[in-house]
Amino acid sequence: MNRDSGRRRLLIGKVGLDGHDRGAKIIARALRDAGHEVIYTGLHKTPEQVVDTAIQEDVDAIGLSILSGAHMTLFPKVIRLLRERGAVDVVVFGGGIIPEEDLGPLREAGLAEIFRPGTSTESLVMWVAEKIPARG
Amino acid sequence: MRSKNLKTWEETTLARTLVRAPEERGPFTTVSDLEVPRLGTPELLPPGWDPAEKLGFPGEFPFTRGIHPTMFRSRLWTMRMFAGFGTAEDTNRRFKYLLGEGQTGLSTAFDLPTLMGRDSDDGLAEGEVGREGVAVDTLADMEILFDGIPLGEVSTSMTINCSAPMLLAMYLAVAEKQGVPFDRLRGTIQNDILKEYIAQKEWIYPPLPSLRLIVDMIDYCSRQVPQWNTISISGYHIREAGSTAVQELAFTLADGFGYVEACLARGMAVDDFAPRLSFFWNSHNDFFEEVAKFRAARRIWATRMRDRYGAKDPRSWMCRFHTQTAGCSLTAQQPLNNIARVTIQALAAVMGGTQSLHTDSFDETLCLPTETAVRVALRTQQIIAEESGVTNTIDPLGGSYFVEALTDGIVAAIERGYPQKEIADASFRYQQQIDRGEKVIVGVNRYQIPPAEDTPVEILRISHEVEERQLARLRKVKAERDGRAVEAALTRLAEACRGEANTFQPILEAVRAYATVGEIAQAMKTVFGTWEETSVL
Repeated sequence: MNRDSGRRRLLIGKVGLDGHDRGAKIIARALRDAGHEVIYTGLHKTPEQVVDTAIQEDVDAIGLSILSGAHMTLFPKVIRLLRERGAVDVVVFGGGIIPEEDLGPLREAGLAEIFRPGTSTESLVMWVAEKIPARG
Repeated sequence: MRSKNLKTWEETTLARTLVRAPEERGPFTTVSDLEVPRLGTPELLPPGWDPAEKLGFPGEFPFTRGIHPTMFRSRLWTMRMFAGFGTAEDTNRRFKYLLGEGQTGLSTAFDLPTLMGRDSDDGLAEGEVGREGVAVDTLADMEILFDGIPLGEVSTSMTINCSAPMLLAMYLAVAEKQGVPFDRLRGTIQNDILKEYIAQKEWIYPPLPSLRLIVDMIDYCSRQVPQWNTISISGYHIREAGSTAVQELAFTLADGFGYVEACLARGMAVDDFAPRLSFFWNSHNDFFEEVAKFRAARRIWATRMRDRYGAKDPRSWMCRFHTQTAGCSLTAQQPLNNIARVTIQALAAVMGGTQSLHTDSFDETLCLPTETAVRVALRTQQIIAEESGVTNTIDPLGGSYFVEALTDGIVAAIERGYPQKEIADASFRYQQQIDRGEKVIVGVNRYQIPPAEDTPVEILRISHEVEERQLARLRKVKAERDGRAVEAALTRLAEACRGEANTFQPILEAVRAYATVGEIAQAMKTVFGTWEETSVL
């Protein structure tokens, strides 16, 4: 597939029952405005559904948003499912109400980056440009 | 020299000063981007502006100055801290702690599975049980939650919407067991499904059957539980989703009129249900904008209820409301600064004449609040109430040219109306203003410090063991209850849903038989179907 060198295919996802979608929508719009292809899952998805969509849509990265406190269960589960299905090159990043002390364990679980409250959209857009390799 | 009017002052004293010292700190706008004039003067108000018409007196139409003739001189607002986490035992302990610290009403936070009408053993509940609120699956949990709390004496607020019928039924069933008659119960159930589709996104069924369930509850309560506030029409979540103050008011009042029309369509008389409708507002950082919003809300509601819906009972005209400070305004950086923000927001709510108030805890951008953080938040209200002196006079900002002009301006903006997508647009615009430094957030885009120097905050942890304890209790209740009675109750409920009968009585019967929240929702889903939104970016 021939892709513009800067353009990534990204999935922004809401997993679990958490309905706080303000952050996810702002991020999705900012990434779209930065020239990426952005797919937004909508609310209340299971990790299985998010991983299915990511694989079907052949995305470069998944950005997950959780503000309900279930991140220690749901983030690692998405990563595990991706690995089980051989999609090891999909970068996973996350954001939400995530205490400092959870950052280490989440990185160990395979999360590339965690964006906490107060992150500017600009810094996230820069991170995506730097850290997510464009494939194909 | 002394100028005789605004125009002279602008042309002389002001003009000379602007040459030397231009007003470079602008643009001067509220958090919601309303223009702010340099100076409040009589010229801000239209010719013929009549305080008797626009303001009235406290306790009289149009209630701009407050719903009570004496406001906080006779009785302070209810200090009502939202609490709930873990299992029913954990939250019962927190309730007793708060009552012991001088809180005057309870406010219950349920966990996400409960809020969404799902049991703790549901696949989608994984990782969420007891995390954002208390887990309630059956009446057995509710009995523990209110154990030792006399329901005839406290007033209880329950933040629950799509599963509100089940939770209100459980509360009534606990009252029965305590021997408290329904007409002595006081409290509020949020029960506002329209704002779920707009902002908070917790739903089960499509909008129409959901609205029917609400009208069923209002109808039941107006006859059986007359002191209960059957709905708390909520702007809070719409604001948290990123709307402006004006949009918060516009959408929420529109939702309120929607409920009024649904009840009228059912054949209820407006004065039979309208006195028990209540509101729930957000209080954000912009002090005067918030005060004006609260005052405008009262005037619009009163005018419309009287003139459009023909309500005769003055209680139907009163916009009574709860306020919560703005969670979305708090920062994870330098978290102690949040105490100052909450103080300003709480003061706006008090100056705006709120009936009850929740103050956010400074640690809420990091975790559920610890007891220490909750105590500071409650003390903030007590300091405003007991030390600041602002409660001694009614509507102290009334008559301020600026505040009255802002109030009038908000009323006018509401009359224009707003489409849905504007919330998402407004939240994106606000974030960009913050990113560009056009709106200042102390500690985030100005006066930052390195993370390593920031105040360490104690984190409230919900252990995984909560989920296990909750699942164990659910299994036990299911094993011990009369399975046939549950099934029969659920069949009767589905039947009521198919027909036109009031659904609340059969829900109450299912709850008494220890049917779970998820089973009751499932029985209704088979008739009503489910809902999935079309996402708008």
